[in-house]
Amino acid sequence: MKRIEEKFATLRTRNEKALIVYLTAGDPSPEITKKLIFALEKAGGDILEIGVPFSDPTADGPVIQAASQRSLKAGTTLDGVLKMITEVRKVSEIPIVLFGYFNPIFAYGVKNFAQSAHSAGVDGVLVVDLPHEEAKELRNYTDAAGIDFISLIAPTTDKERLKKIAAKASGFLYYISITGITGTAAPKIENIKKEVQNVRKITTLPIAVGFGISQPEQAKRIGRFADGIVIGSAIVRLIDENKNNRDLEKIVSRYVSEIKKALKSK
Amino acid sequence: MNKTLPDKNGHFGIFGGRYAAETLMPALIELEKAYQIARKDKNFQKEFEWYQREYAGRVTPLYYAQRMTESLHGAKIYLKREDLNHTGSHKINNTLGQALLARRMGKKKVIAETGAGQHGVATATVAALFGMECKIFMGEEDIRRQAPNVYRMKILGAEVVPVKSGTATLKDAMNEAMRYWVSSVRDTFYVIGTTAGPHPYPQMVRDFQSVIGREIKNQIMKLEGRNPDVLIACVGGGSNAMGTFYPFRNEKNIAMCGVEAAGYGLHTSEHSASINGGKVGVLHGNKTYLLQDKHGQVRDAYSIAAGLDYPGVGPEHAYFHSTKKVKYVTVTDKEAIKAFYFLSRKEGLIPALESAHALAYAMKIAPRMSKNKIVVICLSGRGDKDAQTIIETNEI
Repeated sequence: MKRIEEKFATLRTRNEKALIVYLTAGDPSPEITKKLIFALEKAGGDILEIGVPFSDPTADGPVIQAASQRSLKAGTTLDGVLKMITEVRKVSEIPIVLFGYFNPIFAYGVKNFAQSAHSAGVDGVLVVDLPHEEAKELRNYTDAAGIDFISLIAPTTDKERLKKIAAKASGFLYYISITGITGTAAPKIENIKKEVQNVRKITTLPIAVGFGISQPEQAKRIGRFADGIVIGSAIVRLIDENKNNRDLEKIVSRYVSEIKKALKSK
Repeated sequence: MNKTLPDKNGHFGIFGGRYAAETLMPALIELEKAYQIARKDKNFQKEFEWYQREYAGRVTPLYYAQRMTESLHGAKIYLKREDLNHTGSHKINNTLGQALLARRMGKKKVIAETGAGQHGVATATVAALFGMECKIFMGEEDIRRQAPNVYRMKILGAEVVPVKSGTATLKDAMNEAMRYWVSSVRDTFYVIGTTAGPHPYPQMVRDFQSVIGREIKNQIMKLEGRNPDVLIACVGGGSNAMGTFYPFRNEKNIAMCGVEAAGYGLHTSEHSASINGGKVGVLHGNKTYLLQDKHGQVRDAYSIAAGLDYPGVGPEHAYFHSTKKVKYVTVTDKEAIKAFYFLSRKEGLIPALESAHALAYAMKIAPRMSKNKIVVICLSGRGDKDAQTIIETNEI
């Protein structure tokens, strides 16, 4: 069984929801990212979403934009990110999803990328600017390599589109909780609940909710109806604010375990 | 070659497409449907033509530049006077079309990105004309370089949103406009200024700008009884060039030249020549030639002409390059400045620095052509806005 599928299955038997944690690779440096990955896993992160920095992140809010800039300044490349994941894989079985934009993958070469990502131990890819109409040029290779293609559902996605997307999705579906960019607004939980219930009628895949979740209370309430939640900008902000603090890992871990606790408490 | 492009998903060969965030996809599909109906609707076309004629001042003249021709001792030179349009450039052709479409779709808010400010002014103008709320995203560096256009937008009632990210130029303004659109997509129409962006923008902007080439075709037939031998236009994103070239795409024996900005030279990293100095990639919703490093990070473009300062190019230009339909050449800042003065002093026409790139290329090739050849240059805009930039070059 694939790592992502297995993770959701295990959590389901325990009646738990997945905590998906995001960080931008190489922010502030590759060494710190690696340490943070282990800290996040220990603190209760179930699935890792690793952001590959891009010069023009048009779907991201100011927090992740700035992280991408810092990471690029530190010299991060897609190849470097895959090498880091190879290192992580030596000691951890946490499912890893690469999150990013298409151009760095396209420049790497889609076929090459699928092979390298697979051997590095990447379990899924989420490419923000590759909607299902354009997905084939990457999926032809990632599907063959056994890498899940994580698809986004937006509040603006209609039923007909949702069906098309769900039919081809794998791993889990990512429901975008706000009509907006990452980390910029608080989601309206009652609306999301309805939307997630609608998505459920169409798919048996796990549904994770993300964009704009930062508080334990939000995590708890969304966890009641979704299969997982994604925390991104809130973690990235903590990393930025404490990047020169010796206790960076501790601070980030404390935050993640608080969210995890809330998610478990129902 | 006669088949109609783009295909249903917006591809021109391997270029174009819709590489956009899921949140925007439904809006892009809605826009495409609305546009496909509008373009076949005689009433829409009639209304569009009425505004072009009565409001923007079309038809623009095809002017025989006698003094320019004589001093170059070669081909006969005609200038397509897009600088005479209301707001001072070809940009109004497209903003009128998109604003009429926005009105049809019931959208009362419009946003746009701008580099030189010409598209911003043209958008603010039509927003005022149709009573729409208007936000213009503009890089801080461009706000400084193009101050007069910023005042014009504000006078017209638009809000100018300064963009600080990246190099604070056109690319970053477009990033920010797309982010804002993701958050406001339900009631806001994004007026993209060039033949780039996700489908249907490249097609839509091309269609709205094609009036340039259609007029040239009629005018040159009346004046000379034949097609021109050479068509020249500058290419940033490529809207005036596409408008000029597209109606001639199936004609034989015409050389079409798109002029990219070489800035300080192609051997430096300071240029905007995406086709001549870039590689294929994906940015702002389409696949095209991009200035980028080997890791796929987009590089900053540079040109003295703010309107050419963009690291990508319209996907149909990428396609025309791949099929050799159009030849893409380059002109440096220096050559453009020389052409800027040349036209100002020979013809009493101050060209936009963008258009000066097309003029500079004509100055290179016209002297080598015989006197019975005809060259048409798209004078896409007037250069009043560039006075400050020219003063700063200390060559005045």
